[in-house]
Amino acid sequence: MKRSTLFPYLIWMVLFIVVPMFLVLYYAFTVPTESGATWSLENFARFFEPIYLKVLWRSLRLALFSTVICLIIGYPAAMVMAGNAFERKSVVLLLFVVPMWMNFLLRTYAWLTILERNGVINVLLANLNLPSLNILYTEGAVVLGMVYNFLPFMVLPIYSVLSKIDRGVVEAAGDLGANSLQVFAKVIFPLSLPGVVSGVTMVFMPALTTFVISRLLGGGQFTLIGNLIEQQFLVVGDWGFGSSISVVMIVLILLSMAIMSFFEGEEKDVALW
Amino acid sequence: MAKKGRWMLCVLALVVFSVLLTGCKQDKPTLYVYNWGDYIDEDILEEFEKEFNMRVVYDTFSTNEDLYVKLKSGGSTYDVIFPSDYMLTRMLNENMLEKIDLGKIPNHRHIDASLMGTVYDPKNEYSLPYMWGTIGILYNTTLVNQPIDSWDALWDSRYAKEILMLDSQRDSLAVALIRLGYSINTLDKQELAEAGQLLKEQKPLVLAYVVDEGKDKMVSGEAALALTWSGEAMYAISENEDLAYAIPKEGTNVWFDVMAVPKGAQNLEGALQFMDFLNRPEIALRNAEYIGYATPNLAAREMLPDEIRNDPQAYPGQAVLENAEFFVHLGDTLKDYDRIWTEVKAH
Amino acid sequence: MVRFLKRSYIYLVFAFLYMPIAVLMVYSFNDSRSRGMWGGFTLRWYVELFQDRTIMSSLYSTLFIGVTSAVIATIIGTLAAIGIHNSRGIQKKLIMNVTYLPVLNPEIVTAISLMILFVFTKVRLGYLTLLLSHITFNIPYVILSVLPKLRQLNKHLYEAALDLGCTPAGALWKVIIPEIMPGIITGLLLAFTLSIDDFVISFFTTGSGVSTLSITIYSMARRGINPKINALSTIMFTFVLLLLIIVNIRQAREQRKGRNGKNGQKRQMDALRTGFGGV
Repeated sequence: MKRSTLFPYLIWMVLFIVVPMFLVLYYAFTVPTESGATWSLENFARFFEPIYLKVLWRSLRLALFSTVICLIIGYPAAMVMAGNAFERKSVVLLLFVVPMWMNFLLRTYAWLTILERNGVINVLLANLNLPSLNILYTEGAVVLGMVYNFLPFMVLPIYSVLSKIDRGVVEAAGDLGANSLQVFAKVIFPLSLPGVVSGVTMVFMPALTTFVISRLLGGGQFTLIGNLIEQQFLVVGDWGFGSSISVVMIVLILLSMAIMSFFEGEEKDVALW
Repeated sequence: MAKKGRWMLCVLALVVFSVLLTGCKQDKPTLYVYNWGDYIDEDILEEFEKEFNMRVVYDTFSTNEDLYVKLKSGGSTYDVIFPSDYMLTRMLNENMLEKIDLGKIPNHRHIDASLMGTVYDPKNEYSLPYMWGTIGILYNTTLVNQPIDSWDALWDSRYAKEILMLDSQRDSLAVALIRLGYSINTLDKQELAEAGQLLKEQKPLVLAYVVDEGKDKMVSGEAALALTWSGEAMYAISENEDLAYAIPKEGTNVWFDVMAVPKGAQNLEGALQFMDFLNRPEIALRNAEYIGYATPNLAAREMLPDEIRNDPQAYPGQAVLENAEFFVHLGDTLKDYDRIWTEVKAH
Repeated sequence: MVRFLKRSYIYLVFAFLYMPIAVLMVYSFNDSRSRGMWGGFTLRWYVELFQDRTIMSSLYSTLFIGVTSAVIATIIGTLAAIGIHNSRGIQKKLIMNVTYLPVLNPEIVTAISLMILFVFTKVRLGYLTLLLSHITFNIPYVILSVLPKLRQLNKHLYEAALDLGCTPAGALWKVIIPEIMPGIITGLLLAFTLSIDDFVISFFTTGSGVSTLSITIYSMARRGINPKINALSTIMFTFVLLLLIIVNIRQAREQRKGRNGKNGQKRQMDALRTGFGGV
């Protein structure tokens, strides 16, 4: 196949991704002075203080946690959809994204109504004479919000890969004496791996930088890296510091992915390096 | 392949169409207004359009900071904007505002003299107040059975996990500073550190740091006490009669949302006409009734129902005003505020 | 029995996904403005909704931008994915890493850097800049959806098509695209979803007079989101649901009518169905 199909995207990429990224780098490596700006590493030095590292660590932890839960819930769902439990797969697929067409803020406010002390869940529990749950304003609530909002991004790519796995391969494995667990572990799962990698990327990366979820469901008590950056850009007006946090985070993620694929050895299509 | 070509053509046509749409001009002069969402009775806009034969393009923003960044970039032009007081000083410092000619706004004489010429714009050369209010404690009388008159209530361990604070560095730190007897615009690092310490001590008692959702939480009885702006408090009380609002005796912050004209406005004449229109007593009255916040327009206030007009919480008297402070923009010191606030929240 | 268990699992996930939607729909009938209070049943928000010109015009912009940006992003993204799939070595790595940037960058950083770019190049902020930004953050999701399908593809399929006399473009259009259709459709759906849900990037890259639904809703937050928005969401949701049901019934009927599939319309329908994910 030709590679020329890449050209429209290459132009787009340079104009709207690479050029803006240089702007971000410019802000990250300069500090404003009276006559303009000078090059400096000050913004980066500031970031490596314990308090900011603590925020970064918490963001990584919560994003990872949410991604794993999305995978645990999403993979079986994608498998069921790809199988023959439903006749109208297109409808089931659409039903996964339709909730996300309702506005994000309204959905999150609705979660408040559900999780509150006198909220839907606790009213139901009280009617069943069960003790009430205090979920809201915990890290658990933040994770729940992330899982809720990013689940379709895990399910859809896995589903699209599973939906056309060659039946012959699966049947052959069965004929050769593998039980269904072995078929899954040795045949289906490895074949679906590209979809899983895409899903994990589309959940983990946005989860890392979200800020409205942690503010509303975490009660503002769990500052995440996204909150920190948003605060710098809007409230404090310190674009340099905000940009440098963003740059550090991006470098960190891309590097760690590179190292991971280095140890795995083989070149993968969707892997980073 | 032909099919794909047709597809592309359709999309291209759509794009061209949309560009044309934004580019089209009408004969009528246009007035670009930038305000908070749902912060005007929109029928008033239509009446203005009819009377002055103008087209009003009305856009909305959600925070002062969003407004600032948007205007600072220079990408969009507006004729009338509605920032809050501290944002006005920031814009003034950075030379982002156009002077307004009060002579062309005769209805400004209806505005309460004690709310004119405040520190953020001493001669009202750049702005006129639109709505105003205080900051105080909104509390649920079924959950709090003592009278509330002091900021100490927000540090009272009897209300552990029943207190809502604001996820806003200036406002939350202001309360701590007032309680310590310092200025809410302090530049002194030592004083700020003390205020930060006070907020850290308070943190175990706080249920959540909320922004806009706090009022609804108070309405549904989720918490006993909340640090709230008076406008939001009035709204919450109108939805739930068990709620009450108190302005603590130690002092408060008086805030304003103002009308101003940004540099580069294309329709200065129209902007002044619009500001004058909004200050007509009957228009200001309707707006105050729709929004529910306190109006600085005395003539409009006189026409409000007695129980609102004379409500000392909505319209506090001279004594409260004298004991109150206004926010000013802090410039680079804001970084210190941010640092301390981040520490409080990560504590 | 297994089929029943499988279905129940999906229904359970749907219960999780639709619980908040049910709550926000219930509140569209609430006679109190506040989320915290049930003030009795009313339909007044529905009446007021249709008189609100701000909400109606932002609904139009949202749908227009959502559909247009999703379609354009899907076309560019699919072609890009095919190109990426066929490149090797450092070039491929570089392109993939740049592709991750819009996903990794916090929204506010993307938003402000794009805004500065547009202002600097003197492009008037408005529909065009909004559309360009939406396409930009949509493309990576399309690429990430299509790439796994390409990996699955039989490497010799394309060559076989060429051997049988297809032109390269013809082979791409007739052989490759149908094979990766599920990936393209998922990409399109995700792109549309992202586009209509975005606030931060839209806010900073739009100009005066152009507002999306998200911007209108977020700016209401300080005063409390008006239940008119809940009414609008309820109508949108019901509309989509009805549409799904109608399309389904028609499909089922056509399937029963003629299975030999002579007319092109039916074939198109089938293609769409497999696209949406038939095995």
